[in-house]
Amino acid sequence: MTFTVPRLAEFRAKPASLIAPATIALVTVLLIAIPYERSNGDTSGVISFLVSFLTFVAIYAIFVLGLNVQWGYSGVFNFGVLGFFMLGAYTAAIVTKEPASGNFTDYVGGFGGDLDLLPWLSSEQWLPHLVGLAAAAALAGILALLLSVTALRLRDDYLAIATIGVAEVLRRVVIEETWLVNGTRGLTGVPRPLTGLVDSGDYKYLLLAICVGFLALTYFLIERAIRSPWGRVLMALREDEMATEAGGKNVFAFKTQSFMMGAAIMGAGGAIYAYAASSLTPEVFTHFFATFLFWAMLILGGSGNSRGAIVGAYVLWGFWTITLEFQSYDLPDILQTRMPYIRELVLGGLIVAVLLLRPSGLIPQRRQVSIWVERRLRRRLPAPGGSSSASGPRGLTQ
Amino acid sequence: MATVEARPRTWGDRFVDARRVTDGFLSGGGLLLLILLFLVWAVIDRRDAVVIGVVEGSILALGAVGLTLIYGVLKFAHFAHGDSMMLSAYCAFLLLSGVVTGSRPGVDSEILPVTISDLPAATNEIWKFSFGYGLLVAMALSALVTAGILVLLDRLVYRRLRQRNSGIVIFSIASLGLAIAIRSLVLIVWGPTPRKYTTAVREHIDLPFDTTILADQLFILAAAITVTVLAYILLFRTKLGKAMRAMADNPELARISGIKTELVIMLTWALGGGLVAVAGVLLALQAQLDPQLGFVLLLPLFAAAILGGVGNPQGAFFGGMIVGVVQAVVVTFGFLSPGYKFSVAFVILILILLIRPRGLFGTRL
Repeated sequence: MTFTVPRLAEFRAKPASLIAPATIALVTVLLIAIPYERSNGDTSGVISFLVSFLTFVAIYAIFVLGLNVQWGYSGVFNFGVLGFFMLGAYTAAIVTKEPASGNFTDYVGGFGGDLDLLPWLSSEQWLPHLVGLAAAAALAGILALLLSVTALRLRDDYLAIATIGVAEVLRRVVIEETWLVNGTRGLTGVPRPLTGLVDSGDYKYLLLAICVGFLALTYFLIERAIRSPWGRVLMALREDEMATEAGGKNVFAFKTQSFMMGAAIMGAGGAIYAYAASSLTPEVFTHFFATFLFWAMLILGGSGNSRGAIVGAYVLWGFWTITLEFQSYDLPDILQTRMPYIRELVLGGLIVAVLLLRPSGLIPQRRQVSIWVERRLRRRLPAPGGSSSASGPRGLTQ
Repeated sequence: MATVEARPRTWGDRFVDARRVTDGFLSGGGLLLLILLFLVWAVIDRRDAVVIGVVEGSILALGAVGLTLIYGVLKFAHFAHGDSMMLSAYCAFLLLSGVVTGSRPGVDSEILPVTISDLPAATNEIWKFSFGYGLLVAMALSALVTAGILVLLDRLVYRRLRQRNSGIVIFSIASLGLAIAIRSLVLIVWGPTPRKYTTAVREHIDLPFDTTILADQLFILAAAITVTVLAYILLFRTKLGKAMRAMADNPELARISGIKTELVIMLTWALGGGLVAVAGVLLALQAQLDPQLGFVLLLPLFAAAILGGVGNPQGAFFGGMIVGVVQAVVVTFGFLSPGYKFSVAFVILILILLIRPRGLFGTRL
């Protein structure tokens, strides 16, 4: 087997790219300036705007992290984030809510009251939520297992089609089966966690802290897993699937595990979304919002590293929120009524443009496993100055 | 996936082994036999549903043939297929009526100075159809436009990715981005309200064996079969078609044999675009123009393509027919509401992936 001369340019220290910091700075400035201008200089308005913005960035970043575990780390191709999102959100909602009552509500479950097992710790405010979170993650993981047995063993793109299918079927089930989760009327009043801890006016800060805390926990768990031997196999998979298989690793098993892990993270993210949004209606769960948006965040941020995923969520949700604010300015009718679609057009174009112009995204991920091969090769190459005592290009062929 | 003998046996392996037993029956034509039995029963017992299914199936078949060709030649799943179908249907609508959404939703304005409806007697209803020859002209023009758009997108996006040797998954993500862009473009120009080509009354025709069909549906069936025959002749009776099939079979070998691969790729997009446009217009005639339909259509389209074997145009045609009929018949059982129509396609897809992932007719060209 012959190696081509390694791409030496990759090892030279690149000048630090200014694109990522510049984009983040621009989005941040706009996120502060626009609400400041709109509320006529009222800082408390700006702060509550930012708090709710950051809460949702943190929640969406959880999904992007899950997607990154699947696509970024092991090349599993999931176009149905919506399915895992809905499964997680509705599971958490029916676990934490009280049983259905009244004329226009109908849903199964409602275990919130049964789960008050430790009354002296006021467990009704956190235990159902933890159980809901665990159930959401477990169900999403099981769904992923079923899908991998069906489609992942065949081809990457078959899995993509199957996940779209699952997402669409779940969406239809939620809409059509009114007895299950109240149909198009939706579930409202999902109890929020730890409401008794602070005043209702300050609750938004606590909610932000919960969401950011969960995001941080997910981030560190993923980073920990990726640095383990298991994670090294995943990264090897991403870089060269065939070589990994030749190295004796069961590629299908590792892909299934990473698909399940990503799905469980998405399910948990869905649970957190249900707690934060407190109401779930099927209109929210479109393929566009719950699948494309997260893919765009991941591609923009740079797939294959968790920091990129979080930056992508921040920048893209920032863009989304800013353009929503534009909508309330005095625009010509022809633009005003089309603003939602123009935003989608920009998003679709953005995915294509990033793939063409900057495929590694805002925060590029360097290869980590196969880079060692090239680094070793490089040591054997004569240095550009020519004073190296290495054995020369002979070492390149085996 | 090649199996490596040295690794310990996993539950996945045991599952695969257990499946080999059932596969023996199912891949030896048993699955085809079961489907045929189902179809025969449906023809005897649910004739009206079968008629609707055949009409919808012929539309799906057109889309699936284009999809399977692109899948076969370019090796990636083209997720913008359903949305291209919607775009071409709206394109024909624009050519026919010149209407786009005006400055406010619900208020339309005409932008084309001359439309096809201005041609003499273009909207006079032919025979019992609800449209005149204008729709045929619009369909043909829309086929040209859609073919042009897909070739252009290949030049702008996919060719650059090819030159960079991107993985097939990158192509699919790019096509997903384009799908969003196309859908939002349709929404910007024509708005979210569903539209129709004509408002004329649709007449029924009595068929033998106690069944009726709409005159328009008869037209859809005839048009779909005509276009399929044309595509068949192009693929199997011309040199370009042979080159295309060679590309789908083995791109490297095709290149070495002196086939101009870029030309063949262009032709594939053009042919796929033409088929998509006809399918889109016929679908809009059968149901209505609805921008939200494009993405969901991917399910029956891919189910048809995989059922027939990826890269196999005849297979895709029969796959489309089967998916169409099964969808229509299953909805008549009564335990599923019509909203689940495309979910039926998904169940077919999962079954075929479990039982016979090569597709009913295998992936040969």
